[in-house]
Amino acid sequence: MGAEVVAGNDTAGATPDQSTPDQSTPDQAGPSGRRRLLRQAAVVAATAAVVVILPLVVSEFRLALLSKYLVFAVVAIGLNLAWGYGGMLSLGHGVFFGLGAYCTGMYLKLADAGSGLPDFMGYNGVTSLPSMWAPFRHAWFALPAAVLLPMGIAALLGALVFRRRVRGAYFALLTQALAAAFAILLVGQQALTGGTNGLTNFSTVFGLEPGNPRTTQILFFAAATTLAVAFLAVRQIVTSRFGRLLVAVRDGEDRVRFLGYDATRVKVVAFALSAGLAGLAGALFVPIVGIVSPADVGVVPSIEMVVWVAIGGRATLVGPIIGALVASYANTTLSEWYPDGWLYLQGALFVVAVVWAPRGLAGLADKFRRLPRRQPSGRPSEVAVGAASS
Amino acid sequence: MPALLQVTGIEVGFDGALALDGVELAIDEGEIRFLIGPNGAGKTTLIDVITGLTRPSNGSVLFDSHELVGRREHQIVGLGVGRTFQTPSVFEQLTVAENLDLAAHHRSGLVALMRRRRGVTPEVAEALEAIQLADRAEEQAGVLSHGQKQWLEIGMLLVQSPRLLLLDEPVAGMSAEERTATGELIQRIAERCTVVIVEHDMEFLRRFARRVSVMHEGRVISEGSVERVRADPLVQEVYLGRSRDRRGHDPALDPVLAARAAVDASPPEETTEVGSR
Repeated sequence: MGAEVVAGNDTAGATPDQSTPDQSTPDQAGPSGRRRLLRQAAVVAATAAVVVILPLVVSEFRLALLSKYLVFAVVAIGLNLAWGYGGMLSLGHGVFFGLGAYCTGMYLKLADAGSGLPDFMGYNGVTSLPSMWAPFRHAWFALPAAVLLPMGIAALLGALVFRRRVRGAYFALLTQALAAAFAILLVGQQALTGGTNGLTNFSTVFGLEPGNPRTTQILFFAAATTLAVAFLAVRQIVTSRFGRLLVAVRDGEDRVRFLGYDATRVKVVAFALSAGLAGLAGALFVPIVGIVSPADVGVVPSIEMVVWVAIGGRATLVGPIIGALVASYANTTLSEWYPDGWLYLQGALFVVAVVWAPRGLAGLADKFRRLPRRQPSGRPSEVAVGAASS
Repeated sequence: MPALLQVTGIEVGFDGALALDGVELAIDEGEIRFLIGPNGAGKTTLIDVITGLTRPSNGSVLFDSHELVGRREHQIVGLGVGRTFQTPSVFEQLTVAENLDLAAHHRSGLVALMRRRRGVTPEVAEALEAIQLADRAEEQAGVLSHGQKQWLEIGMLLVQSPRLLLLDEPVAGMSAEERTATGELIQRIAERCTVVIVEHDMEFLRRFARRVSVMHEGRVISEGSVERVRADPLVQEVYLGRSRDRRGHDPALDPVLAARAAVDASPPEETTEVGSR
């Protein structure tokens, strides 16, 4: 996924809300509508080409890693909706990711077990299937649940918390505590959840054989398609009136109430959508990686998700995708040479992003891209400019 | 005909002290009512109560026979009560047009809101003209001047077509021309809805007020035409406060004192002879 994808999409996504195609403004002189359409088409074609060609040129191992990064990118664009645009800094998105992952994991375990019990239950002396597990025998239940359960829990939490106007650092702490509690619960309920080991050793993945090159390719396409659809959905939300409203809530929640909007509802909806995307990503993560354990859903992964968005650029459309891809890639590469290196670098990058590049990589790319051209004066370059300072 | 807004026995306590001590106020449909009074008289608190920001410990606010006490802010706006704040609070990251557009769509459902804005709707265009910001529609609201932000805020109320507008010091911090223009804008607005204005700018009051209510220590102590209020000894007493040697002047109507009040308005606690804010 090259930088041209990134740069092109950013413009395509951020401009339509500034000026509608039929009212082209002087700084985008000429047939700007058609040019933008062409550029969008080029970006789509380039992305599609990359997605098709990559599986042919990259080793199976690398392709599986790349699929995992794409899944993380889905989490990042969801988290960006809540944090970047909505100002709700969630340090607990691992919970929603984890709920999605465990829903799928439970289904895969039961598909393996046939009429029996998942293997780890046997080791824990469980003799009959816990009733909580029973509905996960069916894919039609487990897969929707992977998205709807996180959304429901996020909506419930949001309704309780946002109504009482808990926000900012208090909200962040609360979600962080939730992530910690969730991981502890998963470890503690070993007979139900597989404990520290989590759910793993799947012998089939939706009828496919894990580790088979074809399976890896199918999962890669599934991840790429999910990311593309999620991106388009979030772009639509962000550029819609609801997106403007969400930014308004971020910058002046009380003022929004006096415009006649239920600010609580706006936040709950955005937070639930964000959690739904994390759940969707979790559901894809399990078949791709072959395991989900408390280590994937607790405090540390939750913070990593925030770091992806910060590095990529919050309140920008493509930033979080770049952030997730670049950070995850750097993580893997660095860890291959020097296991602890990434931790330090990640911390340093986070500090750098927050202090010097509040709009992250997307903001920097934008700056360089615009330098040679004449800067349109007084024009709001992006929705995100202010997000940085708030 | 019952009043459009009927405030009865409103009490609000902050830390044991009563900020509002049994306020009674009735505003008829179509009025422009000025609310004046010295510092801490409770004018803004009263507006906060009407708009649901502050919950009173006692009393009732009836708007068009709907009880407003206990309703949430956005529900009160939905009934047709709009307000501004002392400091302009527009959404600085959004463009002028987006600010107005959001204000105009407050009755839309969530699903309808998921669509993109295409151009400007007629009512937004009309408001842009009314507040003289049509040529800056696509600029970020954050770059506007103070006065323009105040106007944008009034414009955001206009597109909502409220039945009752509560303006909290709409001309504070404005230049003389801006004040006059704002007064004229408010007069035009008042042809379509009822307006309550909290204002301590005496010049502005003299030019645009018809009926005035005077608040002091959490109560409405006098009410009526500008002349009647001016003649009320209680009002003179309250406004003159400690400087009784000035008795005989009506600070609310004396041009010299009014000018001084406007100048003194910036350090709000210091104006003893004419309690500002």
